[in-house]
Amino acid sequence: MAEQIALEVTRFSPERDKVPSIQAFDVPLRKEWVVLDALNYVKDRVDGSLSFRWSCRMGVCGSCGMMVNGEPKLTCATFLTDYAPGPVRVEPLKNFPVMRDLIVEITDFLGKLSKVKPWIIRAKKKPLSEGEYLQTPDELDTYRQFSMCINCLLCYAACPVYGLDPLFAGPAALALAQRYNMDSRDEGKSERLDILSQHDGIWGCTFVGECTEVCPKHVDPAGAIQQYKLTATQEWIRSLLMPWGGKS
Amino acid sequence: MDQISINAVGRKELTTYTEYPPKGYRVRISTYWWLGRWAYLKFILRELSSVLVAWFVIETLLQVNALIAGPGAYQDFQGFLRNPVVIALNIISFFFILFHAITWFNLAPKAMAIRLGGKRVPAILIALPNYAAWLLASVIVGWLVLRG
Ligand code: SF4
Ligand code: FES
Repeated sequence: MAEQIALEVTRFSPERDKVPSIQAFDVPLRKEWVVLDALNYVKDRVDGSLSFRWSCRMGVCGSCGMMVNGEPKLTCATFLTDYAPGPVRVEPLKNFPVMRDLIVEITDFLGKLSKVKPWIIRAKKKPLSEGEYLQTPDELDTYRQFSMCINCLLCYAACPVYGLDPLFAGPAALALAQRYNMDSRDEGKSERLDILSQHDGIWGCTFVGECTEVCPKHVDPAGAIQQYKLTATQEWIRSLLMPWGGKS
Repeated sequence: MDQISINAVGRKELTTYTEYPPKGYRVRISTYWWLGRWAYLKFILRELSSVLVAWFVIETLLQVNALIAGPGAYQDFQGFLRNPVVIALNIISFFFILFHAITWFNLAPKAMAIRLGGKRVPAILIALPNYAAWLLASVIVGWLVLRG
């Protein structure tokens, strides 16, 4: 028989259980298998009721984020062999309510995301006939890193501030706000500043920095937030010195 | 408006989206969450270091105060400094302040995304001037203290 590895998985049924429990499965330890393959093996061969989210299997959709041995990971990009001889413990993403087994409820994040207006805001839209809004490669480069976010929420699972204060906007939403702020085509900075400079916005961040460490897309949300704090402070000083001047 | 309906297992539930859904199991965060991970512990130590920074500030103010009050008061203050408890506290504070300063300077490049000629200035070039200024200030203070 091929080599096996023990997979310890969180089970929780909202209809049946008061608290989640751990169930162990033995799965084949294959060189090319990621944790998600092991979960699918269990679902296909052992227990079809095991519930978890996934879609692309290639680190693009951002739906397979879970805690693997206590670290937030994309399970489609986390190899089983890295955890040999095991056991591998797979738990739902931290800091979110668990709905069933490994599935968490992320409505809170989605609400926060739309609040920061992560789209291009124009004071006046130009008609289609005038063509697209042009941007140089350099201008693209200023925000490109922040635009790589796949909303996997690993950063929220790593952020103790979000865990302790559910009102905090959180790393990805703030990084995405900054992504649009830095876009040369955008004119919505001051609109976003009002939302983001509140306590639950950028100032909620105490710069633990773990969001950046766990981000599979190298977005650097911690950097984005600190940069934004600097901008917000500059704006604040400017409004003190020139109260009559309009916001830039 | 929230709507209440009966779900598959015969329980009442809200069918409209709410910002904080009532369902789902929330894992309670332990009071000692910061002990489980070096990065978290480092963060807490960094936060704690500001208390010791404040202690140094107070101590300096006391020293200035004693200096103004005259030689007698200053001697009393020096006596206070010789107290082993104060010496220990100052040694601990010194290391925490080193830790605070170094981590602070290393974080500076994160907050400053300066671009020159279309490229982001490398982190080291932003951190280095900070270290240089620190060194210069230390040399000046050292010279002032050791001179006489
Ligand atoms: S910032 Fe990184 S870790 Fe956070 S949601 Fe986006 S891709 Fe995931
Ligand atoms: S399954 Fe899409 S990111 Fe993992």
